[in-house]
Amino acid sequence: MSATTAAEAELALQARQAAQASDGYWQGVFRRVRRDPVTIACSLVLLTMFLAIVFAPLIAPYDPYQGSMIRRLRPIGTPGHLLGTDELGRDIVTRLLFGGRLSWFMGIVPVAMAFVVGTFLGVLAGFAGGRTNMLIMRVTDVFYAFPSVLLAVAISGALGAGIMNAVLALTLVFVPPIIRVAESVTQGVRNLDFVDAARASGAGAFTVVRVHVLGNVLGPIFIYATSLISVCMILASGLSFLGLGTRPPEAEWGLMLNTLRTAIYVQPWVAVLPGACIFVTSICFNLVSDGLRQAMDVKG
Amino acid sequence: MFFYLIRRLIYAVPIALAVGFVCFMLVQIAPGDPINAIVPPDAPQEVVEQVRRDYGLDKPLPVQFGIWLLKVVQGDLGRSLATGRPVWSDLHSAIGNTLMLAFSASLLGFIMGCILGGLAGTFRGTILDRVATTIAVAGVSVPHYWLGMVLVVIFSVQLNLLPAMGAGPGGSADWVWDWAHIQHLVLPSITLAVIPMGIVTRTVRGIVAEIMNQEFVVALRGKGLTGWGVFLHVVKNAAPNVLAVLGLQLGYLMGGSILVETVFSWPGTGLLLNSAIFQRDLPVLQGTILVLSLFFVALNLAVDLVQTALDPRIKRA
Repeated sequence: MSATTAAEAELALQARQAAQASDGYWQGVFRRVRRDPVTIACSLVLLTMFLAIVFAPLIAPYDPYQGSMIRRLRPIGTPGHLLGTDELGRDIVTRLLFGGRLSWFMGIVPVAMAFVVGTFLGVLAGFAGGRTNMLIMRVTDVFYAFPSVLLAVAISGALGAGIMNAVLALTLVFVPPIIRVAESVTQGVRNLDFVDAARASGAGAFTVVRVHVLGNVLGPIFIYATSLISVCMILASGLSFLGLGTRPPEAEWGLMLNTLRTAIYVQPWVAVLPGACIFVTSICFNLVSDGLRQAMDVKG
Repeated sequence: MFFYLIRRLIYAVPIALAVGFVCFMLVQIAPGDPINAIVPPDAPQEVVEQVRRDYGLDKPLPVQFGIWLLKVVQGDLGRSLATGRPVWSDLHSAIGNTLMLAFSASLLGFIMGCILGGLAGTFRGTILDRVATTIAVAGVSVPHYWLGMVLVVIFSVQLNLLPAMGAGPGGSADWVWDWAHIQHLVLPSITLAVIPMGIVTRTVRGIVAEIMNQEFVVALRGKGLTGWGVFLHVVKNAAPNVLAVLGLQLGYLMGGSILVETVFSWPGTGLLLNSAIFQRDLPVLQGTILVLSLFFVALNLAVDLVQTALDPRIKRA
């Protein structure tokens, strides 16, 4: 009895999937995203920000490094300096535009690198199983024994300040969680019928992974990785805030927040502006990631 | 349960060793000769050689690790380059302050998260759910060091209600239970509580919504239970998982408070780490990170065991 119902349910599921497939998976995703106003609004905010920081040299009114001793710490709304000036008399609008470049770079690049490395190792562990799995997953466990902020601070603290050291440290922080996700989804896919079918028809391990496994696991891993961008951006700016990561006179939101901290009693609202930029970017990335997760119907 | 306890304890040993190894390697990956992390740069050559022999830095790396480990097990974390004091003496007063902050922030975040998450999960799809979820997303997206600055601007600079810096009046570093010290605790705790609040809200909402959909809730309703009666059953089912999340958050806050402690000059491990980074005081950096991570490992273990003990549905042998 239960076997029949299970088989029927399976058939119905396959029929539904076939019907959806005729519509096109990405068309379905796109249709669902279009009906989600929050995701669209956040994507637009991110797009605007992205364009603004890419074209920063064209639209910024001043030189980001050129200060002025007589125009230091002007309030918001000063004529000629819309959002005021910083402790060295540099225009805040200009600094924010240029600062976004490094903040975005340091928020996205470590996650992208961790995505590549983590997917490779995770799929390898999940597909190979046995000793390989054991080795990779136990090493991952060790990195899980550190709180993420502490690990980032520890590695970049030991390596010393510098953008590349911070990127390296952050990549190391995000590889283990991506490995865990990649490993578990790969294990879920590995034992499905179509993988067995491909094997039975003579496909080698490499072909099976490339064609059948990757196609099914990349989506969930990608969604998970996008949810890390916001954390990464906060951590990266946090490192700069601690004096690791970027160094003066470079413009970066976290570093700006750090140097403006001394001005908190003089121009409090100017001093908190760079953090507001981090906040807006981070919340938009989070909401877009949530929206994509729902539209692509990824669990977990 | 007993065998699970033993197995879990045995499993924690290699993890703790590996954590020690990573901390040991921190000094090795630092640019320059590790000897520079121990002696001041202006030390004469013969002193450098002497120290190199004393610390066993002329020996191969695995032997060095063994020597280091032996010292750590005996409680010797080395000496600070900046102050010359043993690392442990600075660390142990700082840990108390960090624990104080992490505890109060976890508690605050936990209470807020349970209220928001519980409401959102019970009244799914309503405006209440929307508001709670939005607060949760904002909580996990906000750079908390920035939130700390904003709170200082509002409550210290503009309203002049609460102190902006330190753990007590006159920069005292030792915690005393009085009004002045509690005032100093308010802003850092709120700032740090935002992260666990967001995460606990999300978790509780998910768990409560899942439980509300289960058949036994319908059965309870059918039996005639209303409001509080059903609520108590839901709490009983949700508690083990929620407590586990809370335990992990406490651990994250222990390590993650470095940024908030920097903003508020809170005299804890975070401030210690910050000054160690600033002065490139590698022994302090290494020692602090080792102690915090081992604490995190122990906490993970405790959470796992408590969860197993509390939840009869988890059968582990």
